[in-house]
Amino acid sequence: MSRAPDRTRVPAPLLVPAALAVVFLVLPLGGLLVRTPWSELGAQLAAPGVGEALRLSLVSATLATGLSLLLGVPLAWVLARSRARGRTVLRALVTVPLVLPPVVGGVALFLVLGRQGIVGSWLDDAFGVTIPFTTTAVVIAETFVAMPFLVISVEGALRAADGRFEDVAATLGAGRWTTFRRVTLPLVAPGVAAGAVLCWARALGEFGATITFAGNFPGTTQTMPLAVYLALQRDPDAAIVLSVVLLAVSLATLLLLRDRWLGRGFA
Amino acid sequence: MSLSAAVALRRGALDLAVDVEVADGEVLAVLGPNGAGKSTLLRVLAGLLPPDGGSVVVDGRTWDGAGVHLEAHRRSVGMVFQDALLFPHLTVADNVAFGLRTRGTGKGPARAAADAWLERVGLPGAGSRRPAELSGGQAQRAALARALVGDPAVLLLDEPLSALDARTRLVVRAELRRHLAEFAGSTVLVTHDPVDALALADRVVVVEEGRVVQSGTPEEIARRPRTDYVARLVGLSLLPGTGEGGQVRLDGGGTVAVAQEVSGPVFAAVRPESVALHVARPEGSPRNVWRARVVGATPHGATVRCDLAGEVPLVADVTATAFAALGLTVGAEVWAAVKATEVAVYAR
Repeated sequence: MSRAPDRTRVPAPLLVPAALAVVFLVLPLGGLLVRTPWSELGAQLAAPGVGEALRLSLVSATLATGLSLLLGVPLAWVLARSRARGRTVLRALVTVPLVLPPVVGGVALFLVLGRQGIVGSWLDDAFGVTIPFTTTAVVIAETFVAMPFLVISVEGALRAADGRFEDVAATLGAGRWTTFRRVTLPLVAPGVAAGAVLCWARALGEFGATITFAGNFPGTTQTMPLAVYLALQRDPDAAIVLSVVLLAVSLATLLLLRDRWLGRGFA
Repeated sequence: MSLSAAVALRRGALDLAVDVEVADGEVLAVLGPNGAGKSTLLRVLAGLLPPDGGSVVVDGRTWDGAGVHLEAHRRSVGMVFQDALLFPHLTVADNVAFGLRTRGTGKGPARAAADAWLERVGLPGAGSRRPAELSGGQAQRAALARALVGDPAVLLLDEPLSALDARTRLVVRAELRRHLAEFAGSTVLVTHDPVDALALADRVVVVEEGRVVQSGTPEEIARRPRTDYVARLVGLSLLPGTGEGGQVRLDGGGTVAVAQEVSGPVFAAVRPESVALHVARPEGSPRNVWRARVVGATPHGATVRCDLAGEVPLVADVTATAFAALGLTVGAEVWAAVKATEVAVYAR
């Protein structure tokens, strides 16, 4: 009976580093809030460029999430269900953007989709379409970096889902596509939603691939993180305000994840 | 209308080769221990698993055969699993209507048919509830309605009662029996519970290690088991031997006196309640008397089931009072006596 309290009592060699870790993670955020010029908040937010950057960030992150859902959910299904050979290699390839420095991703995108790139030159010749340094490039860069988060999350949900429900659907006359739409997808909906929120948050914070592939043009490619970085060099107060806005959005995302999806099973 | 299948399939350690024939309106129970291949057989019949060889023919139409594999969703089957497996994101009525909707029935008529079936299985008005709000027995009733609403040619039941508690199982078993009697198609019921098989089936096949080891009516199976597994299920001690006039020379050594003339390979079957235990050797009357040792004793209602080791391995049921009065314990040496007239004997 006396073992349970013993196990929850934290030994000192763990307690001290754990406390340091908390300070390390929380202190910078606290510092940010302390230094925030709350009185000028309204004026700073109303400054030209801020609203534009915020709007661009929200729109491009949402588009990137939509694109990731459209392509990523089917990919997750293939990774989770297909028995084709080379599946392990495919999963490794797909998860590379998770560990790849985003700047490298941006360079790679530029080399393929840039005007001189393999696909880019063809797009330019055939359709007169140029991708780099446009809002489209922002969305592509964000999708490249953020989609693996969605794929991993949905694949996990698909693996955890009870495959026998799909058997039941088949015995009830549902073909594979109907089964996917009417049974599989609703069953993994919490996983898809959690993956989409993660994906969106990652896309919102995207910096390296975006600045490399899409550049930093106010109004077309300058998202919030780029604006923060730039502002820090000329007007630190503006950078702080922008950062606080991003922090608020991140916290809201976290709350959404906790309350709406992560903490709740299928009611 | 009928189901005729010869299924051959190898999968890991399982080597399945089973033939089943189920007439229209007939209920066939496939009885066997875990891992015997029963559920695999059902998955093949449902079309969820293509067999390596053999055929599945229903109402003259080939579902599986040389170069033919009709996919599960194109077969006219209804299937009920051990756990009801109602779709958690749909209401109970939408669950029941699911098969009708996928096969093109309109929303209104499908809903009406679902409600009618829910009423039939004793769940009137439960249609708008979520599966999570149903008890185990209610969920299994809804699952049965979902399987039957499309009027399938074949109904497949995979351990439909084993996830239910004992009291609910009794009730649902009785209801299932009634629904099976009304069902016009062929039913295959997979179970490891002999009570389910005996209560629900018209015919039983016993499958062990992927092979049919015995088939017959429930009564034949219960009275004349042919393997130790079946004998244990129906509570008999099975003694294989060779008939020599009025006695059976057992393969395992020893003889059993029987009440009829027998010859050739036979089984002698002894019911546990016909085995009497004595501390001293009993006197008189033409009886089978063997020296035995009690190696196990399990309370079983008002009786104690004693496993006996000795020349002839037996199971004896004695009343708890007698068990105490004889001073029996595990390890006790006893005399086991069985009247010749109490031994069932039949050809192997």
